[in-house]
Parts: sequence; C-alpha cells; structure tokens
Amino acid sequence: MNWIKLKNNGKIDINSIPTLKIEQLREEIINLNLRPVAFFGKDWGNNTTKLFVVLADDKNSELNVSSAIFNQDEKCYESITQVLPSFHIFEREFYEQFGIKPLNHPWLKPLRKNQKDYKFFEMEGEEVHQVAVGPIHAGVIEPGHFRFMCNGETVYHLEIMLGYQHRGVEDLMIKHPSNRLAESICGDSVIANNLAYSKVMETLCDCKVSKRAQLIRTLALEMERAAIHIGDLGAISGDIAYLMGASVFGATRTLVINTMLEFSGSRFGRGLIELGGVNFDIDNEKIKRALETLTKVEKDVDRMVKTMLKNTSVMSRLEKTGVVSKEKAEQIGLVGMAARACGLTLDSRFDFPDECYKFLALPRKMFKGKGDVNSRFKLRHQEAMESLDISKRILEMLKNTLKEEVKTNCELNLPKDTMAISIVEGWRGEIVHIALTDMNGTLSKYKIKDPSFNNWYGLALAVRNNGVSDFPLCNKSFNLSYCGCDL
Amino acid sequence: MEIILNLLVILFVPFLMIGVIRKTKAFWGGRYGASIFQPLYDFVKLIKKDYVISKTTTKVFRLTPVIMLSSILFSSLFVPMIGSKTIINIPCGFLIFAYILGFSKFFSLISAMDTGSSFEGMGASREACFTTIVEPAFFMLLASIMALTGNYTFDSLTKIIEFSGSYGVLICIFAILVLFIMILTEGSRVPVDDPATHLELTMIHEVMILDNSASDLALISWSVAIKMMLLSSLIGAIIIPQDLSLGLSTLLYLLLMFIISIVIGTVESAMARIRMSHVFEFVFIMSSLALIVLSLVVARMFGG
Repeated sequence: MNWIKLKNNGKIDINSIPTLKIEQLREEIINLNLRPVAFFGKDWGNNTTKLFVVLADDKNSELNVSSAIFNQDEKCYESITQVLPSFHIFEREFYEQFGIKPLNHPWLKPLRKNQKDYKFFEMEGEEVHQVAVGPIHAGVIEPGHFRFMCNGETVYHLEIMLGYQHRGVEDLMIKHPSNRLAESICGDSVIANNLAYSKVMETLCDCKVSKRAQLIRTLALEMERAAIHIGDLGAISGDIAYLMGASVFGATRTLVINTMLEFSGSRFGRGLIELGGVNFDIDNEKIKRALETLTKVEKDVDRMVKTMLKNTSVMSRLEKTGVVSKEKAEQIGLVGMAARACGLTLDSRFDFPDECYKFLALPRKMFKGKGDVNSRFKLRHQEAMESLDISKRILEMLKNTLKEEVKTNCELNLPKDTMAISIVEGWRGEIVHIALTDMNGTLSKYKIKDPSFNNWYGLALAVRNNGVSDFPLCNKSFNLSYCGCDL
Repeated sequence: MEIILNLLVILFVPFLMIGVIRKTKAFWGGRYGASIFQPLYDFVKLIKKDYVISKTTTKVFRLTPVIMLSSILFSSLFVPMIGSKTIINIPCGFLIFAYILGFSKFFSLISAMDTGSSFEGMGASREACFTTIVEPAFFMLLASIMALTGNYTFDSLTKIIEFSGSYGVLICIFAILVLFIMILTEGSRVPVDDPATHLELTMIHEVMILDNSASDLALISWSVAIKMMLLSSLIGAIIIPQDLSLGLSTLLYLLLMFIISIVIGTVESAMARIRMSHVFEFVFIMSSLALIVLSLVVARMFGG
C-alpha cells in the first residue's frame, strides 16, 4: 500500500504512514489526481527531510496520507505542479522552508520571505503601465502588495506578493499550543481556527466533548459564517458606492456579532471554545433574545439583497466582473466559498462532516455559480441565510433539551509518534490543522492551511481583463486573509 | 447689494451644499450624520494644519491649489446667481467661463501628474477623458439657447421661456438635465465618481489630490464645491423668474441650491456607481440631451 486512509478528525501512527521514494510518490499523486490538502516537510534527523502529503477524496470522505524521504544529498525533484497546477503554492512553500527544489516548477517565487529581492513579472510595450498598490493600504486592512500590469484601464496581469504578516504561527503553536493562540491565526475566522485546533488536540488526547458543547461550537461557527458573509455583502455594496446596502448590512452584521458578544463576551467569539468543550453555556433567556435577533437579521438581509438584485446599476457592476471559470477553479485548486461560486461542489461540512453535522443531517444546497462577483454575492447571501437558519435550529435544540455539562476536563497527554488531522469549514473554506507528535509525546510539527492559501491565485486570475477600477470589488468578493496565508 | 450677496453666497453656500448632500446620504443610510456645517469646520481645520509635500513634486504642484481657486472665483464673476445678475456681463462671457474652468482643470491634471504617482496619473487620464465629453455638450447647449434668444450672455438662460413659446417647458427640462449631469460629473459625485471611497484604484477626482494636504487640500475642496454651485446657479437662472424682489429671489436661490443638494444626495444613495468603462456612456447622455435641445430650438426657429 502506498497510501494510508484516514477520516476527518482521525489520527494515525506516524510509523504506519508509507514512506516512498519521491519519484514514486510523485507518480502516485499524479495517478490519484485528488485535491491536495496538505503538502509539508519536516526535519527527520540526520539532515534528512520527510515530506508528508495529504490528499482529499471528497466523494468518499477519506483523506489519503503518504510520505517521502529526502536524503542529505537529494535537493531537488521533478515538480508536480507542471502536471497538477493546484500544487503550485504547496511546492513553493515546501521549497521556501526546506530548500528542496521542485524542478521545472512554472513559477517558483517567494511565498512569505525575501519579497524585497523579488523581481516582478513585467510586460513590455509602449502603452503598458504598472500600478503598484501596497503593502500598506488605505482603510483598515492587512498588508499585501499588488502589482498590476495595465494597458489603459484594463488589467492584463496581477501579481500578488504576501508574507508581510508572517509571524511564525506554526512554530509558536509547537512551543505554546493554546486556544488563545489558535484564535489569533486569522481574525475573521476565530471560531473556525479555534475549533480546528481544539479538534486536533482532542483527537490526539481522545477527549470527548458533550453533545451540547458540540452544538454550541457549531452554532458559533455558523454565526461566524453568517456575520462575515453579511459584513462582506456590505463591503461589496460600499465598494460600488451603493450606500443603502452598506448601511443595512453593516447594521445587521453588528446584530449577529453582538449576539455572539452575549454568548461569549467577545464579538468575534474569542474565548468561547476551549479544549474539552466550550467555556460558556447559553441559558434560555439568551436563546430567546438570540432567536428574535437572528429572525430580524434574516428578514432584513433577505429584503436588502432582493432590492439590490433588482437595481440595474448594482447588477451592472456585479455581473460578469471578475470571472473565474469552473475549469480554472478546479485546476488551480480553489476551495470553499470561492470554489462553490464557480460551480464546484466543495464543502467540508458535507464532504467531511464531524459528529455534529452528521447529527444535524443538513441537506446540501446546490449553487449554480458562474464564477463572477455576482455569483459570489448571491452565494454569500444564500450561505448567510442557510447559516442563520442552522443557528436558529441549534438554538431551538439547546432551549429545553440536552441539559449537560458543556466542558469536560481535557488534559494534554499527547500520544507518541502520532499524526492527527482536522478539517473545519470556516466561512471562507476548509481550514486544515494537522498536528504531529514525536517519540516523547510532544508536538513536533503543527501545520495550518487556510483557504486563502489556495485562493489568492484565484483572485489574480479573476481580475485579468477587468478594469483596474474593478479590482477592489473583485478583491472584496473573495475577501481573502493575509495573515491566514502568511501565518 | 446683489454683488455683496453673491460674494457671501460664494463664500458659504458651497460648503453648505456639500453638508446637505452628506446629510441626505446619512438620512437614506439610516444614520444621523454630521452637521451640515461640518465641511466648513473641516475647511477651517485644514487651513490651520501643516503641509506635507512630496519631494518629487515641483512648483506646479504648489501653485495649483491657488490657481484652481482663483480661476474658479474669477469664473464665478460671469455666472448669474442671485437675481440672475452677473457681476461681469459681457457678450460670450460663457466662453470665458468655460475656458477658465478648463484652465483650472488643466492645472489640476498636471499637478496630479507632477507627483509621479501611478494612481494620480490614472486619475488625471480619467478626468481628462470625461472633460472632453462634457465640454462640447455644454457648448452645444449654450449655443442653442443663445441662438434661440439672440442674446450672447448667460442672461439668455433666463429668457428661454420668453422666446421658445410652446417648446419652453421641454427645452427647460432638457437643459436642466444636461446641467445636472454636468454637476455630477464636474462635482465628482456618484454615479460618475465616489467621493466617499478609500479605494485609490476606483477614484477619479479624489485620487488626483491624494498628495495635497492642509490648506492646499482645503482650497481644492472649496473650489470643487464652488464649481458645483456655479453650475447649479445656471439651473437657477433657467428656473427662477427674474423680476422679483431681492429678498424673494435670494430665498428662491437658496431654496434651489438646497433642493439640488438633496437631489444629488438622493441620487447618490439610490444608485451604485457606474462601472468605469460605462461612465463615458453616462456622460455622453449630456451630448444626446444637448442635441435634443438643439433640435427643439431648430424646430422653434424654423418650424414655427
């Protein structure tokens, strides 16, 4: 066997993972042709490096894990990207961290380090002009550099340079694993990241979480999804100078996050999820208020979106702007909401459901996306509505039944030589956390993959042949995370 | 007396118009919004501030705000305001008016280019492009009306009804529409431009003044506001009857400025901004409407 199969929130003995030669692993990956979820190296002693690969088999809800070992003198291999483009950023990351070069990689450029020495791709021609934006931007956003190659108002090429937000989260995670650190990986996916971290650790320690706590966690995750989607609907409205949308969505988003404030003391749900459960139970009084608020939010958002979709000046901005075709999305490996807006059916809530989602047995809602800003706008609306609905269902469940402890004691007694994987569908897409322990039972590697990691290149493709003035709109429709990618 | 009143109007009304527009937008957005005097406070605040001047700029950049304001103020002498009286009333004053505005526009463009910023160059090219569409339409409108009335000053605007008989209302409506689109374009309002955005890549007017600060910025903002008010005054010249008492015509004039501001604010609230590549089409509507005015005038003069 060249692969070992694993379920979401599962763990395996590291020694049971097949170790192949890189040529063989490469062939296997190409033959399987599955979606990469993780592709990372780890120092394996004696100057050797071990490469772990996790591929997602979405149809069968299975993860395929394998590995390859690089000896001291093996410093290159034939790149996988030239056959499967979705590996491009994974191989860039691997090269940057371990110096093992993927040969014939189409574009082996820095990911998080050495941005200063990098020479951007340049177009030549009398009428071509470059527009450099960032790394510091107007408004309250994170740093990232955008280099446009334009002809007049049309963008021919956009290159995105990130890494300014690199904090070494993965290394910090090994030294001081904690829920508070997990919450700080990416500020708009606090719940999702914290949940992924908690699940990985609970899987490693065989810690059980009560049903009520699981429901509260899922409630928080869905409320986060709803809040961010509504906020982004507002941001999209703001970018096209549609004032009414910006105001209504801004106000309704506040209602959702203020409900979260009532639950956890933080508008973004910081401090809510803890190993072994959640820190705060929700009493019936709060549930009643939350149900009222969410119903009002649902109604207001739905009405505003319908009004906007009827407004021709709005539609002319959204339709056919920033298109990513389904084929391209699949090739470059888009994930999450951005992928669904292109017509792919990726959703780890359904592909890799955890106990709670299995229990809720939600129907998968299909979305016929065309990959433009309009599709992303409508999908965000659909998902926000869906999340509010799920939240309300969970609140009803919490109301009178299932009285039990929301937190069990979970001690960090990590097993030896084990690897655990957890995939959580944040609002942006799948958030993957992988933890490896060594022979002493301490964390030796912590790998995080944010959906932005896959999707930034999708944004670069989306703005091609669009007006440069439509870039902010495309950007906002994806709303990717800088720090989630930079880690 | 009227001259003094007009000078006071130039001093204060532009700020109030911007204030009312913002208040209207706040109202439609469900907010309280800042006081309508806020733009005036901002002006005073900016005047007091210290400069930051980019090292790549030259004297052009420093001179531009002064040139812009003085040329706008000079052009205001040719525009009928309260009582539809112009301070300098000479034949073809409208040509001087238009070309002095063009002169200030020219300086704002080269000042933007002077900074060497890729954003500002982009903004300048957009602004220049729209101006080339606005100018012919404006001339077509005024030339038609002057042909109709036989009077080659801005006063002809006040005499449309008198000369055009049964076509009067139509000509007035179309002329007002032309001027209204011109206000939106020249005043950098939605749907042409978005004065509230922070996104450099989508701006037109705002991006050209990114490097201006303190009193430079104050002078430029003021001159753009005055320009908007002058164009609104042209609508006033068409609508407000001439032979009224001074008090009444002042009142009517201020009321009209108030209404126009509210209309602009409402348009901004109800519409999304047009995609940049379609803005040209929107501005071109001016030319089509001006052509309609021209054809109505021809019909009136030769068709009986």
